[in-house]
Amino acid sequence: MTLGYLVRRLLAVILVLVVVTFAVFAITMILPGNAAVMILGEYGTDEAVAALERRLGLDRPWYIQYFDWFGGVVVGDFGQSLRLSQPVADVVGDAFWNSASLAVTALMSVTIIAIPLGVLAAIKRGTGSDLIIGIFSYIGASMPEFVTATLLLVFLAGPALGLLPAGGFIALNESIGGFASHVVLPAATLGLILTAHISRQVRSEMSEVLASDYIRAARLKGLRERRVIRRHALPNSLAPAVAVISLDMGYLLGGIIVVEEIFAWPGLGRLLILALENRDLPVIQAITLLLAAVYALSNLLSDIVIAMLDPRVRYA
Amino acid sequence: MTGLALLVLVLGAAIFGPFLAPYDPQAFHPTVRLQGPSAAHWLGTDQFGRDLLSRLLNGAPSTIFFGLGATLLGVGAGSVIGVIAGTAGGWIDSIIMRILDGLLAVPELLFTLLIVTILGGGMGQAMLAVAIAFTPGMARIARSSVLSIRTREYVLAAVARGEPSHYIVLREVLPNAAGPIIVESTIRVAFAIMIGATLGFLGLGAQPPSTEWGLMVAEARQFMFRNAWTVAVPGVAIAMAAMGFNLFGDALRDSLDPRRSH
Repeated sequence: MTLGYLVRRLLAVILVLVVVTFAVFAITMILPGNAAVMILGEYGTDEAVAALERRLGLDRPWYIQYFDWFGGVVVGDFGQSLRLSQPVADVVGDAFWNSASLAVTALMSVTIIAIPLGVLAAIKRGTGSDLIIGIFSYIGASMPEFVTATLLLVFLAGPALGLLPAGGFIALNESIGGFASHVVLPAATLGLILTAHISRQVRSEMSEVLASDYIRAARLKGLRERRVIRRHALPNSLAPAVAVISLDMGYLLGGIIVVEEIFAWPGLGRLLILALENRDLPVIQAITLLLAAVYALSNLLSDIVIAMLDPRVRYA
Repeated sequence: MTGLALLVLVLGAAIFGPFLAPYDPQAFHPTVRLQGPSAAHWLGTDQFGRDLLSRLLNGAPSTIFFGLGATLLGVGAGSVIGVIAGTAGGWIDSIIMRILDGLLAVPELLFTLLIVTILGGGMGQAMLAVAIAFTPGMARIARSSVLSIRTREYVLAAVARGEPSHYIVLREVLPNAAGPIIVESTIRVAFAIMIGATLGFLGLGAQPPSTEWGLMVAEARQFMFRNAWTVAVPGVAIAMAAMGFNLFGDALRDSLDPRRSH
């Protein structure tokens, strides 16, 4: 992997994000309900609305507003939240770390569970365990997050068992146990759909690799099966798994909105829904841009990891 | 086979469901609130004593046809854009692709939420929003499908014969590019059903007194600890509907692509 490749990819990510800023800005410009009207309420007089529009700069042409906003974004200034009257960067920053702690927990557990499941299904192809893993993965891929979350709540947080809290959040640096008990259900909800996708992908890649000539050669050489799988088969089926994980970041970043809303997790998703309800445009813009940036960067990261795992990509 | 059977069941429920409902889905029966399954109410009753089976059957069309409608619209718009980009090439292709890359960087559910907020809540608006959110992804698939076909001999032969470009696109390229588009659309229907139900659940899609399944889950949530059937019945139904399309789509892909069906 050359430096040139990295720079090219990074430039592509930046270009994508610039396009996203246009899209985000366009969407917030055509949102019904002017921000000034939203702040003053329905009973604000026309003069008051006009004065506030002037103060917020909403009376200027759209391209001036865009460049003004864009210039701020570049230096990390997303403006003031219309509803919370705090700088957007502060509000969104706190929520970002809360979301990140949930997303990382979910992603780590998924990786630890999904890859071995996929490998197992491929090795035991056609047996009962393959079938069970297959059925599980279809169920996982077909359940929207709110259904998984609701069913988990009914069975694990209900008065019958009452094992886990039904919602809420405790920061990791306040209490590790408190964080852990609150993160289980939301992370499991997010994890189910991802585990389904990733284990299925690993299974299909692994089966293809296991049927290849070099695996036959390794077996004929008299290598033990364990070594064939670990040294020869697994590394070659991991690159596609990484690609799927990075594509699934899209599901994760979308799903987290619903999951945070259901479990009262004070992250970006919950903040976004609040902002959408209140037409808090600067917050909507910042969150959308942030989630798109995370998605684009995670795709870039996965390309780099794939290039490291698979020499054919590196020299292509 | 399982996929096909499930799909037939789901489509059957969507078409005939409302006519098969044993009770009026909106009728209150205060004496039988929050009951489990019984001979009289096969799937139990909700917080108003309404028959859950009847509500489920009545809500099937709005849940399933939402997925089909949103996907059809999204696939239609996406295919047109993808075919234009793929056949035009050059700077038109580059500009379209850069815009698509940008739109694809916004997670689909987030994109849908933004558009729903612009359009306002409701079934039709939600369907349009999902269709718009699907368009960039479908356009990319249609484009790559067209690109892989554009250089085939039979297309080059048609070009050499001097056929007009609309003939080449409609008669040579599109029929042969359709496979991946159809497979992707089938799996997308599952996803559209899931997003539609999610919007209903969040109060941004179907509105009461609709019996759309996502809305059913949302309305019963307060009572879920007293009768789990109220949320489990519509929840499992959504999963089964999505699973039918997922299984069928995968089977379709395997039969179209021999390499994948070892």
